[in-house]
Amino acid sequence: MKLGRREFIKLSATATAVTAFGGLGFNLQPTVARAQLLRLNWAKETTSICCYCSVSCGLIVHTSLEGQGRAINIEGDPDNPISEGSLCAKGASLYQLTENENRMTKILYRAPYSNKWVEAPWDWALDRIAKKVKEARDETFTEKNDQGQVVNRTNGIAHIGSAALDNEECWYLQALMRSLGLVYIEHQARI
Amino acid sequence: MTNHYIDLMNSDCILMMGSNPAENHPVSFKWIMKAKEKGATLINVDPRFNRTSSKSDLYVTMRSGTDIPILGGMIKYILDNDLYFKDYVVNYTNASFLVNPDFGFKDGLFTGFDAQGRSYKKDTWTFQMDEQGIPKKDPSLQDPNCVFQLMKNHYERYNLDLVNDISGSPKDKLEEFYKIYAATGAPDKSGTIMYAMGWTQHSVGVQIIRAMSMIQLLLGNIGVAGGGVNALRGESNVQGSTDQALLFHIIPAYMPTPRANLPTLEAYNATTPKSADPKSANWWQNRPKYIASLLKAMYPAQDPATSYNFMPKLDAGQNCSWLVLFDHMFQGKFKGFFAWGQNPAGCGANSTKTREALSKLDWMVVVNVFDNETASFWKGPNVNPAQTKTEVFVLPPAVFCEKEGSISNSGRWIQWRYTGPKPLGNCKPDGDIAYELWEKIRDLYAKEGGAFPDPILNLNSKDIATNHVFDAHKVAKLMNGYFVTDKVIGDKTYNAGTQVPSFAFLQDDGSTASGNWLHCGAYTEAGNLMARRGKEQTEMQANIGLYPNWAFCWPVNRRIIYNRASCDPQGQPYAPQKAVIKWDGSKWIGDVPDGGWPPSERHPFIMRPQGYGQLFGPGLADGPFPEHYEALECPFEEQPFSSQLNNPVALVFAGEEEHRAVCDPRYPFVGTTYRVTEHWQSGVMTRWTPWLLEAMPQNFAEIDPELAQLRGIKNGDKVIVENMRGAIECVAMVTPRLQPMMSMGQKLHMVGMTWHFGWVHPKDGGDSANLLTPSVGDPNTGIPETKTFMVNIRKK
Repeated sequence: MKLGRREFIKLSATATAVTAFGGLGFNLQPTVARAQLLRLNWAKETTSICCYCSVSCGLIVHTSLEGQGRAINIEGDPDNPISEGSLCAKGASLYQLTENENRMTKILYRAPYSNKWVEAPWDWALDRIAKKVKEARDETFTEKNDQGQVVNRTNGIAHIGSAALDNEECWYLQALMRSLGLVYIEHQARI
Repeated sequence: MTNHYIDLMNSDCILMMGSNPAENHPVSFKWIMKAKEKGATLINVDPRFNRTSSKSDLYVTMRSGTDIPILGGMIKYILDNDLYFKDYVVNYTNASFLVNPDFGFKDGLFTGFDAQGRSYKKDTWTFQMDEQGIPKKDPSLQDPNCVFQLMKNHYERYNLDLVNDISGSPKDKLEEFYKIYAATGAPDKSGTIMYAMGWTQHSVGVQIIRAMSMIQLLLGNIGVAGGGVNALRGESNVQGSTDQALLFHIIPAYMPTPRANLPTLEAYNATTPKSADPKSANWWQNRPKYIASLLKAMYPAQDPATSYNFMPKLDAGQNCSWLVLFDHMFQGKFKGFFAWGQNPAGCGANSTKTREALSKLDWMVVVNVFDNETASFWKGPNVNPAQTKTEVFVLPPAVFCEKEGSISNSGRWIQWRYTGPKPLGNCKPDGDIAYELWEKIRDLYAKEGGAFPDPILNLNSKDIATNHVFDAHKVAKLMNGYFVTDKVIGDKTYNAGTQVPSFAFLQDDGSTASGNWLHCGAYTEAGNLMARRGKEQTEMQANIGLYPNWAFCWPVNRRIIYNRASCDPQGQPYAPQKAVIKWDGSKWIGDVPDGGWPPSERHPFIMRPQGYGQLFGPGLADGPFPEHYEALECPFEEQPFSSQLNNPVALVFAGEEEHRAVCDPRYPFVGTTYRVTEHWQSGVMTRWTPWLLEAMPQNFAEIDPELAQLRGIKNGDKVIVENMRGAIECVAMVTPRLQPMMSMGQKLHMVGMTWHFGWVHPKDGGDSANLLTPSVGDPNTGIPETKTFMVNIRKK
């Protein structure tokens, strides 16, 4: 059986720790080994790719099998041939991006001329957005242009984004926006 | 990228110009240093001595916006000293093509200029054709009308004295740069270019990249290991989102958006690129199969001729690109707006205008992980909420590791990501948000009717969601494509519902569906190839690090595109020590070749109608040869190459001329923008990450010590950087990494800023440098000119 470097660590978490910390003059072996095993035994391990620049460094995400089921560690994937385990400052901080108390976790709504946000449920928000889309579309839909050519487009709605999405999401998003008749569709690639 | 990140290690000379990979694509530097260890020379050309410069063997300073003079000077150097790769140039580029004798160039203008329309009529930018309709050629390259001679003549003016005078780059450094880089023209050597927004964000951005592409063709550096033209994309999936065409001018996989003058699918298909040359693969001749399959993927119940009518059409010549979009928003032309995973109030040029434009909307939907200057614009600086009508919805998306799907890096590698934790709180994956929104809109149209409901009611949902939840596997399979009806191809029957093995199987009659022909082969009957983690390679593949069993690479898992150009006409590699492909007498081995035809049966540049690399490029808006023009905001009233100060066809907006600073004593310094490792784009994600914010807490203005003295500014002082569009406050960083520069008799200083910060968070971080950048852009792409503009700096 050929072992990837990561699989090797799994089998020899204790052994590798010894060499790494052997020169410190005290023995970190049990602590490091225990930390590595905790990560491996009490967590789901998934691979991912960094969401920042376009190099696409490999990641290993450890998700707790207990409690809220949140990420407990994100680190470089040594088996990924592009990055070989390396990460930059941004990639190395991805745990903090994921588990961040300032993340948007609720729908926020700001009424016209209001000076504050109010929280809203998904259903209410999506219903209202759908209604606003339909109103704007129906009002600005253009079947024919000035030359009388068929254009079937919605001039009154624009969309920007997003290079932050997965390919499958991007594909569907363009299909959705084009089905609504949008032609003002742009994103990060243009700037 | 024509090549990919690991391939950088195969290069003999890596030019980093218009990019700062050590700072902005840090892990790519692993492969750059690997090349250096193997003996490669690293060259960095940049207005500022930066992290990339510090690791380079040669650093050449330059004035921002003078890339074309510097590269034009290199073209002249290569031609004057006979350093081009002759076999490659004659056999694989259009150097030998004879150009229309009516084509010409005079005083900065090519033939066909229409001053009123700020555009070119391109009817003279053509080739002389023989009776078969194939371009006439002079393989001796001596005919005065051949591309080679026209190019030589064009760059005759780009002599070292003039290049030095305009760019401020020292002559000895330029010569050293030219000499080292031109040495990669040896058949067994390769040089590569890594560029990024330092090249694209100019009013001549595309022509800068074209100039470098011409150099790569002259030196035989395209299609080879350690070569190519390599754009370092700014975001993790900006390659993929471009492939999926979240852009006005294309539909998925680089097909042009339907226009009003092409009312039927038949009319659209009549514009399919054609070639009369039997040796030209002219790959785009297959386009009718790709659009029929795309339409079938979007609208499974209709035949493609019917669903073509569902696609919104642009008017002929209509431009809806970024700057135009926000100009129209500013004029109040939109009711609604989606800002999905992007923060235009900080990331786009002239954000001052963008922020005001947002107030002209009836409603706006923001999907973002954190609060940002777009979502909260209505309570931003100088905005009165009580007078701001825009209704705002902010929807919380899952982050990258809370959902499943694929992303494509700059090297076109499509890698799969798995779900780790479930979405936090009430967050949902973007795909779920989009799908649920469609269901709601569809229900409204089904119930109430409305304007042309057909495209909405018929949009594919069976291949998108499972039990009303977005299903990335289903969509990935749809993008790969499947047979809609039973189909016999060769001696094999493919049953309806079977995944297509590759794009060679796609049909133009509606019998196949495929959302993106470039993704064909990524999710076949063999499974999800994007999720592969195999590292098996042949010795030949391992030698250059191709990793064909790791993930999937478009197209058809080809890791280096145009690779047929890496071999001589007999199919033997020009650089045997780092061969990409090789003809073994019966088949190609190594990488997936650009078509399996035996050597010499097809020209190598298969995506071009004629099959040749284009030294003469008639497709661009601003000329077949790159020519120098100053930025639209510049410190000069004239420039020495011609009497055209600026790109005569640059994207500009009526009424904004008076807001541009040309030789305006109030704004005497050249402003530029850049990024730092610790932050990302407009900073929405990184500013909210405490570790990163601690490392880089606020915006800064980087200036040279002489300018600091001139303005009485000390390192660490609070300063104001301003122009007629806006003002930002930041901390002065006085450093010799910037130096004043002599250019055309003027001493010039530069002010460098990041655009990572914004007023929302952190409190004292400063605001985006894009409040100062102008809304002018490249005529081909519309990309704004945010790398060169004029500012003033003063102590606060």
